[in-house]
Amino acid sequence: MGGIVLSNGAVMSADEIRRAIVRIAHEIVEQNAGVSDLMLVGMRTRGVPLAERLAAAIREFEGETVGVGALDIGLYRDDLPALGTKVEIKPSELPQDIAGKRLVLVDDVLYTGRSIRAALDALIDYGRPERIQLAVLVDRGHRELPIRADFVGKNIPTAKDDDVLVQLEESDGKDQVIVTERRD
Amino acid sequence: MAKNATRTQTSRAASTPAAKRPTPLNPDATSERLVPETNWTRRHLLDVDDFTSAEIELVLDTTDAMKEVLARDIPRVPALRGTTIVTLFYEASTRTRASFELAGKVLGADVINVAASSSSVQKGEALLDTVRTIQAIGADVCVLRHHASGAPYIAARESEFRVINAGDGQHAHPTQALLDAYTLRSELGDIRGRKIVIVGDIAHSRVARSNMWCLTSLGAEVVLCGPPTLMPVGLNGSTSDAEEHDLPPVRVEYDLDIAIEGADAVMALRLQRERQSSGLLPSLREYSRLYQVNGERLAKAKPGAPVLHPGPINEGVEISTEVAHGARSLVEEQVTNGVAVRMAVLYLLLRGEQP
Repeated sequence: MGGIVLSNGAVMSADEIRRAIVRIAHEIVEQNAGVSDLMLVGMRTRGVPLAERLAAAIREFEGETVGVGALDIGLYRDDLPALGTKVEIKPSELPQDIAGKRLVLVDDVLYTGRSIRAALDALIDYGRPERIQLAVLVDRGHRELPIRADFVGKNIPTAKDDDVLVQLEESDGKDQVIVTERRD
Repeated sequence: MAKNATRTQTSRAASTPAAKRPTPLNPDATSERLVPETNWTRRHLLDVDDFTSAEIELVLDTTDAMKEVLARDIPRVPALRGTTIVTLFYEASTRTRASFELAGKVLGADVINVAASSSSVQKGEALLDTVRTIQAIGADVCVLRHHASGAPYIAARESEFRVINAGDGQHAHPTQALLDAYTLRSELGDIRGRKIVIVGDIAHSRVARSNMWCLTSLGAEVVLCGPPTLMPVGLNGSTSDAEEHDLPPVRVEYDLDIAIEGADAVMALRLQRERQSSGLLPSLREYSRLYQVNGERLAKAKPGAPVLHPGPINEGVEISTEVAHGARSLVEEQVTNGVAVRMAVLYLLLRGEQP
């Protein structure tokens, strides 16, 4: 089992998730010297509520509203969907034209990097953004592609056959990150 | 034969890591998301008669995502890159074949069109030999239209590729039913409890047959209307008769003026002119006088009730020109949605299986 396991079985508690989001929100604004032309794009499923929380945090301390989009990478992936994901794909929704925008792609867990590769392909089909950055709540390592995150909530060392589960209030009723060991 | 809707992956799921997860201290920590609500388990799309409403809804929800792709400046995604789709049509078709071809291309697949009229079929090649040839080419999917009911089932049994029934004889046309359901859902919202009237030559219509299964599965109240000579054997108005003859629970009404009252939507079917020469109809004039969907009759349906037609249309026979091109006609939406629905079906058949 990787990471420090908290007493309730979680490697990241609700408070830690909240603080990580506030910190990443600040880092995004700082790195981009403001919020002009900024757009957050959450990757379905759990990247979307994370992107919305980041936008809410930015609104709180910056007083400005940042657009939030939702990206479905189902039609772009090169591997089979992860265990437990539904085969269902939903329409991607981008609030405005992404050409010339600074995009921050938001996902819950960064692992092999293959989903991010698919997301980059998907985004580029919509236009030519000025830049694309990546924000993730958890980086668990084991990259298979030359991809890294610009903003990381928490680095959690894992074994390759561990499962990292991010649970969010919006989809799972509570905020926590848990790592479980696979015993095959 | 079509695979049953039961979850064939149950035994597999039991051996997945998810099921062997150590129980965390917090019992609800392993969430429900490990078990997908709807699984795609089908290898072929032969008919919708054994589809659960959840399966139909999965197709329709996937269609929403495909519509978004079609609305882009450059509608092309790599989802089916490297796969080969063969369309094999033993009957004439414009919209079905063209929409399958476009659907495959938008998803990045290679599409080969084989028309029986210009292939070795003309030299007397049997269906199964043609199927084997298509298999040897390396096709992943064969979209088959055949004048004989059941032909796609034989092709599915004898091949390793996936088969989509694009219309077989007087039996089934599942993608038409799915696109009609999608079009109706987009227009009416939920289909459950809605009264949908299908009028015309029900007995010979594969469109009607697949539609009645699909719409009743989604909870619609389906009313069939047409002259008694063009009603399927075994249907005389009561739903128990339908069940006895392995038909879905539908109601029959021979008088269109009564059937159309309070309808949420009306679907007119193409009347094949041969029906008159075969003695099933006294005359086309009489047919259109009694069964044509026109403005006067449509006024008896719910206000704004949409009108569908699978095409090609005989204007002035089963539907008046005014209604066919009027504000309540969804004929063009049906064609546009046909591409998106076929994209969804191709995607689910080739990529929908869980690891």
